[in-house]
Amino acid sequence: MRDIERELARAKKGRDDLAAGAASRFADEAGAAGLVDVAYASVDSPLGPLFVASTRKGLVRLAYPGETDLAAELASSISPRVLEAPARLDRVRRELDEYFEGTRRRFEVEIDWRLISGFATRVLRATSRVPYGRLVTYREVARRAGSPNAYRAAGNALGSNPIPIVVPCHRVVREGGGLGGYTGGLDRKRLLLRIEGAYEE
Amino acid sequence: MSLPPFQELLDRHRTDVYRFCVAAAGAQDADDCFQETFMAALRAYPRLRDGENLRGWLLTIARRKAIDEHRSRARRAVPAEGIDTTAAADETGDPRLWEAVRGLPPKQRAAVVYRFVSDLRYAEIGRLLDCSEAAARQNVRAGIARLREVWT
Repeated sequence: MRDIERELARAKKGRDDLAAGAASRFADEAGAAGLVDVAYASVDSPLGPLFVASTRKGLVRLAYPGETDLAAELASSISPRVLEAPARLDRVRRELDEYFEGTRRRFEVEIDWRLISGFATRVLRATSRVPYGRLVTYREVARRAGSPNAYRAAGNALGSNPIPIVVPCHRVVREGGGLGGYTGGLDRKRLLLRIEGAYEE
Repeated sequence: MSLPPFQELLDRHRTDVYRFCVAAAGAQDADDCFQETFMAALRAYPRLRDGENLRGWLLTIARRKAIDEHRSRARRAVPAEGIDTTAAADETGDPRLWEAVRGLPPKQRAAVVYRFVSDLRYAEIGRLLDCSEAAARQNVRAGIARLREVWT
């Protein structure tokens, strides 16, 4: 008699590619059914692969390589219905591509500000209105956010910008010509400003 | 307690769920079973209180989709287009055996697949089938005995 148990256990060794195909079809179906609260993807850029995430309201998070546990962070701060759904981020990807090619001067994707609160919201909204290729000082941003003397707090808000590049905190610099700081490192700040023609060695 | 991103469940358990669906519902229906399982899981996910044993939770949903709701699917019996199911069928070995598995009474079928395909312990099978460990063992034994009658 053949060994039934061994024969049954052969099904344990099923190929993973069929499951992988089913899983990626699932991401599309879940998105179409409106069940994805946070969709994320990776976007290639001259600064390395960027993590981008959107809610139904808009772009909610953008991060440089090296930041970890981003999906988990969004699961606890927004909703655990977090799925990798690159199609949902096509528009963000296209705008970023155009920006890095130098053909886009303004981002038009909607922004979801929910990860920011209080004074930081005013600072980052003021920052988002700084035009392409222009620089402003921390003090000036603080003034535009309604608190001219709170430039240190403004610096902190810019340092924890959840949507760098699109909310252009790289356009904020120190008085007297210093670059100041940057979440993604000063090399990246320089590169972004060079793309925009606002920085020369 | 915070739940992991749903993507993590999908990455970590997709293979287990898919194999369960192939074994319990058949290669032809495996994809539908998989989609329905994860869709139901995603719907219910934010209300889940306990992030422990998510694999067991998913396999319970898969069992409902594959077995309890299988009859309505069988009546439909329209093969999904553009999805290669032959590969899944090849994997599981002798198709006659799997036909026999799918001919078992629901509880025996679930118990047999949980035991031999999902590799669960009897205590866990009991929890998922809402019965005692002894009853889980008995269901597996009865299922195997029946399979021996039809598959030699």
